[in-house]
Amino acid sequence: MRQTLRTGAAWAALGLAGSAALAPAAMAQEANLVIDGEIEIVTRAPAPEHMEYVSEIFSGWEYRSPETQALQMDDFENPGMIGVDNARADFETALGPDDQSCASCHDSPKALEGVRAVYPKWDEAKGEVQTLEMQVNECVTERAGAEPWDYTGNRMTEMVALISSVSRGMPVDVAIDGPAQETWEQGKEIYYTRYGQLELACANCHEDNYDNMIRADHLSQGQINGFPTYRLKNGKLNAVHDRFKGCVRDTRAETFSPGSPEFVALELYVASRGNGLSVEGPSVRN
Amino acid sequence: MAENVTPRVRVPKEAAAGEVITIKTLISHPMESGQRKDKEGNLIPRSIINRFTCAFNGETVIDVAMEPAISTNPYFEFQAKVPESGTFTFTWIDDDGSTYEDTKEIAVA
Repeated sequence: MRQTLRTGAAWAALGLAGSAALAPAAMAQEANLVIDGEIEIVTRAPAPEHMEYVSEIFSGWEYRSPETQALQMDDFENPGMIGVDNARADFETALGPDDQSCASCHDSPKALEGVRAVYPKWDEAKGEVQTLEMQVNECVTERAGAEPWDYTGNRMTEMVALISSVSRGMPVDVAIDGPAQETWEQGKEIYYTRYGQLELACANCHEDNYDNMIRADHLSQGQINGFPTYRLKNGKLNAVHDRFKGCVRDTRAETFSPGSPEFVALELYVASRGNGLSVEGPSVRN
Repeated sequence: MAENVTPRVRVPKEAAAGEVITIKTLISHPMESGQRKDKEGNLIPRSIINRFTCAFNGETVIDVAMEPAISTNPYFEFQAKVPESGTFTFTWIDDDGSTYEDTKEIAVA
């Protein structure tokens, strides 16, 4: 668990007796995330230039308990890898009238190394920013001629987890300039807009209050480099738009739909706040 | 009939004679408890792995009777002393009668 010096100092100043008991947790967080002793994951990095109010960015892994952190250090213990294995089989599954599978074009999942790191990404032909899910569905419907997959369904999320898993350790590097800039600006607007009866913007929790507790939850920076994420609370891989939906719902607002242009813009913006962290998905969180 | 049941096992490839090694096993399985109801209110029939065994060169290492309260994708981690080179055989027995098996070789240097 990460506790910044800032909060530590505040406890000391107030002379709270509990601060000593809480302090050791701060030491434990100096562990580094290395998966299977091979893939080194950057979980702390200098903030990208476009972020005005944050100087250092942290993966959500930093905010979890040592037990949860350990689950991600070994692929055998990472329950998200079961989804990856399912998708590996699905990669070879014939789709549509011509029996096309992912493997017909892409050979092996390894061929898609680096893809996760640059998505969401401007698609010239479509004239819009596309998320990885949209790209997968473009392959499924246009290339293979099959029915589209549910945007946040298990099949889709597991496939995204597979594509993400082969890019683990590579730095997130989404483009925010050029044709993508307009969508990025829209995402930024949403990030700083207060929603719902509680009038909370993403920034109120994940920028102003990361590392603080919101009741029993330790607030992270809301980075999405670890998606799809296996959450212990619901025991499955979670798509990033489902997570957004959960957050917006918690502000007591009517949420945008997964796959909607608003969430695509928000995904691009939030992904860009993690430029420099490693691709981590499928990560393990609580 | 449970679908997508895949056993996974991790055993070190080699060990010293008499060394105690750690074995990790996991099988993807829904472990339907038989207590839940579907949308219409009908009981979803129980479908679990009810027994897990591990043997080394034919000798039983562990034999587990499993009950409905065990979660999806049951995971076992245990230790075994390896006196000689040989083969670990892992067997999972499903309620529906199917058995899933995996074997791992270990070499004693």
